[in-house]
Amino acid sequence: MGLLARRNLFHDKVRFAVTLTGIVFALVLIIIQFGLFLGFTTTTSNNIDHSNADVWIVFHGVGYFDTGRTFSERKFYQVLAVPGVAQAEKYMQAFARWKRPDGRIENIQIIGVRPGSEMGQPWNVVSGSAAELKEEDAILVDEVYREKLGVQKIGDRVEIGGHRARVAGFTRGIRSFTTSPFVYASFKSSLDYTNPTSNEADVGYILVKAAPGISVETLKKNLSERLSDVDLYTTAEFSRKTRFYWMFTTGAGLAVLTAALMGLIVGVAVVAQTIYAATVDHIREYGTLKAMGATNSYLYRVLIEQAVWSATLGYALAMIVAHFIVAGSEKGGAVILMPMEMKIGMFFLAVLMCIAAAIVSINKVTRIDPAMVFRG
Amino acid sequence: MNSNRTVIRASGITKIYREGTADFRALSDVDLEIRAGELTLLMGPSGSGKTTLLSILGCILRATNGSLEVLGESVEKLAEAELPRIRRAAIGFVFQGFNLFPALTTVENVALALDVRGVKRREAETRAAELIREVGLAEKSKSYPADLSGGQKQRVAIARALAGDPPIILADEPTAALDSTSGKNVIELLRRLAHEDGRAVVMVTHDPRVLSYGDRIIHLEDGRIVGEETRREFEEIAAAAAMA
Repeated sequence: MGLLARRNLFHDKVRFAVTLTGIVFALVLIIIQFGLFLGFTTTTSNNIDHSNADVWIVFHGVGYFDTGRTFSERKFYQVLAVPGVAQAEKYMQAFARWKRPDGRIENIQIIGVRPGSEMGQPWNVVSGSAAELKEEDAILVDEVYREKLGVQKIGDRVEIGGHRARVAGFTRGIRSFTTSPFVYASFKSSLDYTNPTSNEADVGYILVKAAPGISVETLKKNLSERLSDVDLYTTAEFSRKTRFYWMFTTGAGLAVLTAALMGLIVGVAVVAQTIYAATVDHIREYGTLKAMGATNSYLYRVLIEQAVWSATLGYALAMIVAHFIVAGSEKGGAVILMPMEMKIGMFFLAVLMCIAAAIVSINKVTRIDPAMVFRG
Repeated sequence: MNSNRTVIRASGITKIYREGTADFRALSDVDLEIRAGELTLLMGPSGSGKTTLLSILGCILRATNGSLEVLGESVEKLAEAELPRIRRAAIGFVFQGFNLFPALTTVENVALALDVRGVKRREAETRAAELIREVGLAEKSKSYPADLSGGQKQRVAIARALAGDPPIILADEPTAALDSTSGKNVIELLRRLAHEDGRAVVMVTHDPRVLSYGDRIIHLEDGRIVGEETRREFEEIAAAAAMA
């Protein structure tokens, strides 16, 4: 049985190549679509997820990260006085105008952090250092935006909001969901870049770390009792809210999700068609097996073993192709993520799709007119 | 095997195919006994119901009416799922188009018939190699069907039919696609299976070259048995015809 399943698959190499191509195409399509969805989703909340904060304090009514609403610096000092607070940091997020060395203007999102803090720092710094942000006018940008922002190396100078800025380092893989790249600066510089005329040190967010032995829920309760006109979120809650906003209340996320689901449907259809066609090619042999006394369960096992072989080999090839596409996406504008959970899930999806397709074929096989075996 | 015992008993076999709103009667009230140790030829023009009758005798098609006993077991009362068991236990098939599996070698093709019967692979391949030797193709045991002549393919198909050691062999025009030498070899092999092994061999044919090999010749026309002769009777008729 196993021998027949394998030999039937591998004997006709052209047919097998066509089958594998169909499976690989379907799997790569699904991986790309879901990888894009995952990439977009993760991108929307990247700064929150990497903040290392326990609680985010935001202006009342701010529902997601990219909303530019600030409150007075006094709130920050109130937070420091709340029991259970081990550390608090001012954090800024605001849109600004970036003037490239060649004079072209780009929109950016400034992220203002306290250099050297445990919270809110840029990550994956591949050249320079986050500590450089202590220096006046120092900024960090992601290497994927080098071309867009017109900077190539550390030391390149630009203007942000009419103020001088100097590239002090590059990060890798920190993308913005919007078209405006994130640019990291010290909190103080970020105020200059975004609101040069204001005398007041407005704060976008306050990041809070709980003292040892204090739970996040207790910390949130203590903060809520002492602060007004703010909303309090754990990092996970704020991340979820931001992701939900971008994915489900704007058309962008729904479009990506719909594309992912379409990819799944098209993928399943392609796999079903190729496995079905491969089975129909051997229909006379299955008829012969039935005449020889093979039970339906014997035929099922042959077909399912073929499906599992096809899925396994198709999956392996799809992973190789997907690896190159994912690697390529790191240099492009849209990130495609393929975490381990997705890789494992794709294997089971491949097997499931192929078996489901084989089951469609099984109906065809079990309904073979037995007399067909006597036709010359 | 016990020669001349009845291994298949068919009575009143009728087969009606429904084609749209019309019925097509492929077999009408056929009574037939197939005996061990005999090579029985089923003859008749195209559309006379030979292959339909062979399918019913082989338990791969059910009769619309009538009763069928295979090795004493009444088939028409059995559930559909029971029929493969009868086929595995009692019947080996030889097809006009050989129906070999192109992806398998000669030995593997024969071993597959044993695999269907649940025989372990190593044992199946050993037994298959013996059968390939018995049909005179030992040197071709590792060849694929595409590398065999028509006659060799049919001998592999016969070896496969014998794999389960069935008391009944049903052959559908096994010589039709063969040249005269290969056809003669195949028919002699089938006759040997009947006469030396004591199997019941039923062969559908309209190849006049094989008439002299049959122990019984049954003539079908329009789904009915219209005549039956023993070999001796056939030879007498042939001799009389020659003298006239």
